[in-house]
Amino acid sequence: MSGFAALLRKELLEQWRTTRLPLVATVFLLVGLSSPLLARFTPEILKAVGGDQFQIVLPTPTATDAYDQLAKNLGQFGALIAVLLAMGSVATEKERGTAALILTKPASRGAFLLAKIVAIATTLGVSTAIAAAGAWFYTLVLFGPLPVAGFMAAMILQWLALVAYAAITFLGSTLTRSALAAAGLGVAAFIVLGILGIVPAIGRYLPAGLGGPARALALGQAGVDVLGPTIASVVFVAGLLVVAGLAFRRQEL
Amino acid sequence: MTASLTAAATTSAMSGPATGLAIEAHGLTKQFGAILALDRLDLGVPRGSIFGLLGPNGAGKTTTIRILAGLARPTAGSASLAGVRVGLNQPELRRRLGYLDQDPRFYGWMKGRELLELVGRLHGLSGPELRSRVAEMLELTGLTAAAERRIGGYSGGMRQRLGIAQALLHRPQILFLDEPVSSLDPEGRRDLLQLIAGLRGDATVVLSTHVLSDVERICDRVAILHRGRRVTEGPLEALLAAHARPIYRLVPAPGQDALVSALVDRLRAAPWTTDVSATAGLLRVTVSDPDAAAGGILPLVVAGGVVLESFERARPTLEDVFLQLVGPAAADDLDGRGFVRPREVPDR
Repeated sequence: MSGFAALLRKELLEQWRTTRLPLVATVFLLVGLSSPLLARFTPEILKAVGGDQFQIVLPTPTATDAYDQLAKNLGQFGALIAVLLAMGSVATEKERGTAALILTKPASRGAFLLAKIVAIATTLGVSTAIAAAGAWFYTLVLFGPLPVAGFMAAMILQWLALVAYAAITFLGSTLTRSALAAAGLGVAAFIVLGILGIVPAIGRYLPAGLGGPARALALGQAGVDVLGPTIASVVFVAGLLVVAGLAFRRQEL
Repeated sequence: MTASLTAAATTSAMSGPATGLAIEAHGLTKQFGAILALDRLDLGVPRGSIFGLLGPNGAGKTTTIRILAGLARPTAGSASLAGVRVGLNQPELRRRLGYLDQDPRFYGWMKGRELLELVGRLHGLSGPELRSRVAEMLELTGLTAAAERRIGGYSGGMRQRLGIAQALLHRPQILFLDEPVSSLDPEGRRDLLQLIAGLRGDATVVLSTHVLSDVERICDRVAILHRGRRVTEGPLEALLAAHARPIYRLVPAPGQDALVSALVDRLRAAPWTTDVSATAGLLRVTVSDPDAAAGGILPLVVAGGVVLESFERARPTLEDVFLQLVGPAAADDLDGRGFVRPREVPDR
């Protein structure tokens, strides 16, 4: 992995200097803060919208609803942002010629790719942590505390799912010279994996299948298999990176 | 780019004197679909030499350099640098290389100093040594004042100078420069040529350029490529001696088009003439018998009533060799200054 440290430093600086990290962190913070609020005030909002013409009876919202709202928002907005972060990471560098600048230096192609995905995962990780902190605090204020350790573990699984969507798009970005094509692959994979996730035997081992164990951890429920889906997702991400690495080794720049 | 040119030259020493070959290529072939960019190219570049790679656009110069720099793979054939076979995945081999693309691209969000620091770290430099080399390169390329500015705001010439700085930063044994002076002003061009000339004997430099006079000025050896093939290769003086024919240059006073046209016809009919070309107000008369031509040209000029501004027997130049070897079609590639005109066809 020749040159990995220098390249990771460059990638992290790029995440900050191009405002990707601050922007994504801000969006995630808004998601984190708004999720408990939406859960808390959805009955009032529906009541105000519906007026006197029809009546909707909803159960009193709880911390569980706040977590479910957060998980849904992170699963949708977060996945979209993961795709946006990864779509141009390699394709744009190949197309602009900056990959050739770096790879005529003593940097291995594996280090070039790994530094990029680690930087993307770091941005997603920092942003997920910020969203989690905001969501946990507002849930505490509006509903009461969620178990801290379980909630943190749940957020790590949510982050792993986002990294998986980023890794799919990253593979697309490595295979092509088009950021749009990479984004298309990422979105298509998001849809296909969502559909496959409906099949119980497969679904629990796909990135979307991390949602169940994450929910159980966040709400302090016992008896849920966390290890199997986690290992499956880690292997899934690692497999994507290996394929990306093998393909990139053969590419001319 | 000013003062410490000599210092840079002396500190670039990593390889020994000009013994043996630093770069070898055998049967290098590159096919892009139906286009044959390189056709069984053989090259041998002596260690410590400054090697000029010449040819019209599309001749295969950039493709050759890209293969040697490990950015592209040959369809057939092989190349080696310092005895190590070139491939796409050889970071260790790249420790010995410096590379400047014909259109250097950088990260626009990065500052000039940050880019050089990144390149230095990739080459294993750190601490005071890194800071000192970066400062030296910034000074050498005249970018010290712009070091803290983002590269996105640099002019084309500044980017080219930054490209030169990053290529020289680690004192490479082998330096590939693809059109290094294309975006530089005359002063920057002169300084860069001095810098490259100062590397002679210490580093092996492969230089591709459109400016034939630059090659004549600094290169020890030259290879001329045409349609992916090597037309010739050798020491510059040997090429001039072998291929360049004596030439007379006549500059007629302006406003004599009809008389000049008639003179061209008369010159072409002379038995000692092999070729006459008239471009940009300049008549170039290539002759087979210089002594006969010396006594014959001026009487024809006088008889034709043509007034001359200048008349000289010129030392054969690389441009003459280039035109002779690459053929008359290449004359269209040259402008009046010996520059090869750019075309829209990419060279890769």
